[in-house]
Amino acid sequence: MTTYLIKNASILGGEPTDLLLAAGVVREIGSGLSAEGAETVDATGLVALPGLVDLHTHLREPGREDAETVESGTRAAASGGFTAVHAMANTEPVADTAGVVEQVWRLGREAGYCDVYPVGAVTVGLAGERLAELGAMADSAARVRVFSDDGKCVSDAVLMRRALEYVKAFDGVIAQHAQEPRLTEGAQMNEGELSGRLGLAGWPAVAEEAIIARDCLLAAHVGSRLHVCHVSTAGSVEIVRWAKAKGWDVTAEACPHHLLLTDELAATYDPIYKVNPPLRSAADAEALRVGLADGTIDIVATDHAPHPHEDKDCEWAAAAFGMLGLETALSIVQETMVDPGLLDWAGVAERMSYTPARIGRVADHGRPIEVGEPANVVLYDPAARRTVEASESASLSRNTPYAGMELPGRVVATFLRGTPTVLDGKLA
Amino acid sequence: MKRHLLSAADLTRDDAELVLRTAEELRSLADRPIKKLPALRGRTVVNLFFEDSTRTRISFEAAAKRLSADVINFAAKGSSLSKGESLKDTALTLEAMGADAVVVRHSASGAPHRLANSGWVRSSVVNAGDGTHEHPTQALLDAFTMWRHLAPQSGGSLDGRRVAIVGDVLHSRVARSNALLLRTLGAEVTLVAPPTLFPVGIESWPVETSYDLDSVLPKADVVMMLRVQRERMHGGFFPTAREYSRRYGLDGRRMATLQDHTIVMHPGPMVRGMEITADVADSDRSVIVEQVTNGVAVRMAVLYLLLGGSQPAVSTEGLPE
Repeated sequence: MTTYLIKNASILGGEPTDLLLAAGVVREIGSGLSAEGAETVDATGLVALPGLVDLHTHLREPGREDAETVESGTRAAASGGFTAVHAMANTEPVADTAGVVEQVWRLGREAGYCDVYPVGAVTVGLAGERLAELGAMADSAARVRVFSDDGKCVSDAVLMRRALEYVKAFDGVIAQHAQEPRLTEGAQMNEGELSGRLGLAGWPAVAEEAIIARDCLLAAHVGSRLHVCHVSTAGSVEIVRWAKAKGWDVTAEACPHHLLLTDELAATYDPIYKVNPPLRSAADAEALRVGLADGTIDIVATDHAPHPHEDKDCEWAAAAFGMLGLETALSIVQETMVDPGLLDWAGVAERMSYTPARIGRVADHGRPIEVGEPANVVLYDPAARRTVEASESASLSRNTPYAGMELPGRVVATFLRGTPTVLDGKLA
Repeated sequence: MKRHLLSAADLTRDDAELVLRTAEELRSLADRPIKKLPALRGRTVVNLFFEDSTRTRISFEAAAKRLSADVINFAAKGSSLSKGESLKDTALTLEAMGADAVVVRHSASGAPHRLANSGWVRSSVVNAGDGTHEHPTQALLDAFTMWRHLAPQSGGSLDGRRVAIVGDVLHSRVARSNALLLRTLGAEVTLVAPPTLFPVGIESWPVETSYDLDSVLPKADVVMMLRVQRERMHGGFFPTAREYSRRYGLDGRRMATLQDHTIVMHPGPMVRGMEITADVADSDRSVIVEQVTNGVAVRMAVLYLLLGGSQPAVSTEGLPE
């Protein structure tokens, strides 16, 4: 196994120092390090961050290998600086049995670009009718701890209560896609002045907020852990803030696209901007940034959602929901949080590595860059600027809403247990 | 004028007045024994209808034929929504056939916008109704009808005229296009509906709103009744059809409160007994049948102005063939 000597890296934006990665761990940290036979990486001007952890990724395999595979999705993840991703359960077949989660877990191990932690479905077939075998998935080789019907809401209050209670036996968490189904029948975009003008059925903020409020109360009532997926409205941030103030075990994520983009883009009728939950108002995006800065929103998660071209090259109502996110997440966090001074690099590490790993109960990721820790490290150039090209994505899909947009920053290298998955900005 | 007509908001006041004046010239054609002009000879107009709408389709067809255009009717019933051929592939097919204008009706809001802006076709796109978004030629024919009846008494314009549009505003593309166009033409629009049938954000539209039809009628110069689809009943937007009719239907009693010159309009198809009673629909105030005639003239004007260039549509030399 090659040893890597990283020269002049700025750990979490601190003073430049050298890092020696050997045998899968951080062997040494200090200035003027040297090592016989080591591969040297010049990291002058680069920020070293712990390998990023995504709690919300759609890898599409099994079932939609035309959109993404575990292999291609983990390549995209590595390109974006991730060393671990949680693969959502809405595959075909649904990841609602030990067999399916073990298959995804095994495919991740074979791909080798980042560690894959399958998310188990809460209910059989995501149908919202009865619990899937959560215990079997928890006890499987995939050691599932995060359960979600993402894409659909566990809208039945009794079922949600039981799920929250049941996962306490193995320290699991229910990651809820908060969307009251009756309030969002046929919904296409954020409900507001613009949806009325465009004649697109509205997805009202209250449909998200009502479920989050209910679930916070349920989690408190049964003493369990709740994680709220893709918080998108200012009202949701307020509710999570209130639940945290009560001391309840509630965590929440925000997606890069909700931090950067707003519902005005729907006026193009280009479904590249169609996503669930929808892009919201500028005031909502601002509330998410403030919430992410003050810790109300615990983490950034990508909701990377690949779709084949034909599912986006059509009229809005016919198009699929979702957009790519793995390769642009860190740049968007820099653009919306770091550059405006809302977050420093330590804060980025907290929200994109330590905390998502803690929520997912992943032991070997989200660790600080310290001697003896797993060598999961990203080298990132915050001074670079790049124009996003859809055709350059490592994903099999091309549905990025950022194509043509200039974003700050570039992932120069990603190390997974001391082995580069990205080096010199290219996949290894 | 822009190259496409996707929204009533695409029209400036000058554009809209040009359409109305052109339609007035072309309307005279309806009284001639031979109702045909050579203006668009050799041009191809495709009527691309993803949604059934016989009346709009034949109106466009008559308009194009009276201008001597070749007309292709493409009834692509169902759409990519029902897993038939995609909008894109249909568009590429039409492009390959050399369409100069595509008149599109689609159940998805924004479909004409996609057709015009996605690079699939080079032809002019005319929105003939998209989902719950817009129906700009309907608004033009409505404005034309109002203009013929009301403008001669008010200096040739609709400035300050009061138009009440009553019914399912939430789902109505006619209401959206009319609100935009009538505002452009200087009229004052009041939308009347139960609160459940107004879209969120209506307060930012350039219109007045009211839940009370009886208070609006005496001031109106025009009352336009919108169709209420029976399936809205199941959406729980109002308790019963009878209650809707009592509160928002136009019947003889309410008609008696109108000013003498006030006209009654309906974009059709009417649900007699629901939003409008038969005695009102068939009364002297009703211009509903005239709207249909005007529809052909307005659509001729739109096609002519989008495709025909700068010559007057009806010149002294441009005698009928």
